[in-house]
Amino acid sequence: MMTWLDSPASETQITHRRRIWLYIVATLVIVFLVVPTFIVIPMSFSASQYLEFPPKTWGLRWYGNYFGSTEWMTATWVSVKVAVLTVIFTTPIATMAAYGLFVSKIRLSRFIFILLITPMMVPVILIAIGVFFAYTKVKLNNTILGLVLAHSVLALPMVLIVVSAGLRSYDMNQERVARSLGASRLKAFFMITLPQIRFSVITGALLAFIVSFDEVIVALFISGGKMSTITRSMFLALRDQIDPTIASISTVMVLITSVALILAQMFGKSKSK
Amino acid sequence: MSTHSLPGTRPTTGANAAGLRQDDVRERMLMFGLSVPAILLVVVIIGIPVGWLFWLSLFNDEGVLSTSNYTRMIEHKSYYRIFRTTFNVSFLTTIICVAIGYPFAYFLAQLPQKWANIGLIAVLLPFWTSLLVRTYAWLVILQRKGLINQWGIELGLWDTPLRLVHNLNGTLIGMAHIMLPFLLLPLYGSMRTIDQDYIKAASNLGASPFRAFWSIYFPLSLPGLFAGIVVVFVLCLGFFVTPAVLGGGRVIMVSMKIETIIDLFYNFGTASALGVVLLALTLLVLFISHKLLRLDRILGGGTGT
Repeated sequence: MMTWLDSPASETQITHRRRIWLYIVATLVIVFLVVPTFIVIPMSFSASQYLEFPPKTWGLRWYGNYFGSTEWMTATWVSVKVAVLTVIFTTPIATMAAYGLFVSKIRLSRFIFILLITPMMVPVILIAIGVFFAYTKVKLNNTILGLVLAHSVLALPMVLIVVSAGLRSYDMNQERVARSLGASRLKAFFMITLPQIRFSVITGALLAFIVSFDEVIVALFISGGKMSTITRSMFLALRDQIDPTIASISTVMVLITSVALILAQMFGKSKSK
Repeated sequence: MSTHSLPGTRPTTGANAAGLRQDDVRERMLMFGLSVPAILLVVVIIGIPVGWLFWLSLFNDEGVLSTSNYTRMIEHKSYYRIFRTTFNVSFLTTIICVAIGYPFAYFLAQLPQKWANIGLIAVLLPFWTSLLVRTYAWLVILQRKGLINQWGIELGLWDTPLRLVHNLNGTLIGMAHIMLPFLLLPLYGSMRTIDQDYIKAASNLGASPFRAFWSIYFPLSLPGLFAGIVVVFVLCLGFFVTPAVLGGGRVIMVSMKIETIIDLFYNFGTASALGVVLLALTLLVLFISHKLLRLDRILGGGTGT
């Protein structure tokens, strides 16, 4: 142990002993990042009336509250439905755009790329009130379609960036070869290019799911009543009081996101075994 | 056409050159057309509504063309306070992120790749977890009867519960936690690309560890650091959820004011003007940083990450 402490830690020949503070800081940062992310999971299994850690008695009381409430259940389904539809709607549109802009390489392409990622730069609150205002004119507030369209535009930049990055690291000559051998452009894309950029497309789809599923601000304005998303209901509940039911809902949300992540890992990787 | 060039390669000479070039242009336009649905989506869902809001912001409450929505922001002290709070919170959050993020990224970048990847999981886990869930967790941790106060009082560190949340403290803690990954990812990426031979050379030439770090390593890590700072600051400017929940009404950011104006007064003119100013400030920050470093690097398309 002593010898390790006095051995050089980097190219500067500084010893581990002299930068032990760095290791302490790093450990604290890891705790700071990870603990608040997961602490609600054990707390949600508390049987007492208040949230405590570690719970003195364990139970499923708060899950009973959550699953027994039609309001929370409806909101959960709205969120899942909207997120899935957002994925189905955004992923092809964004992939087409990424491919089109990548292949065409005309001067306008760069400009269009910037235009398509503006939803990331415009403050979400401005998008939210704009969409809310426009939707009142066309009666799209409190509809699934309205939510899906709004979430799609928020998810578009993410998918576009990820798929574009995938295309940049893909050797386009493979597609050219397929086409010179007689494959149509469409066939060459689906048989040669798409399987190779699959991981990027799936990662993009996952991002779209998470963007939609976690979105609060736009949903706060354009959804309500029976069409409330779970995040909207949670946000409103949080502003008023700290209901421990939220802990069980949070756990379920973390679970849903994790399942999406694991699915993306499985389908994305199985190609390159 | 007798000779068919390999698609995508540009013919420059030969009898058919002109025709082929024309085909090439047509093909490119066709491919460009694939981006039309995405363009339509952005224009219809964001372009038109935001343009509409901008238009509305130019009319006063009586529906007469006027700049009153904008001049009100200068005349009323309350608006000045809100903008100052927004900048203060964004600035402080960025500082906290740099102060704890830089040493951590440095630590990760020095680890062997395998261990660094495990460390990165600690960064990515919160990144993937719902913002609302994490904000809620901080509320649970910091509140009057929360974990910190429970433990602090049990251990006898303090007697009366500390006010950790529903104020600026709670807002900053929560926001720093949410923003930290946005700083760490580009910073770590750029640190990884620093050639360790430079450091070795500096040490061989007699530089102390501190000097080698400060004169060689730190300047080389600046592009990643700047990229992270810009992302964090811009995201903070428009932040809503975390300050709304953890600020407890004591920290009013611009986005929260906009929500209140719509929710209580349904006044789109005033809210839109605030939104337009917020957008202008965001674009200004992005423009200034674009002058300092290239925008596409910030957005993750760069070489470093």
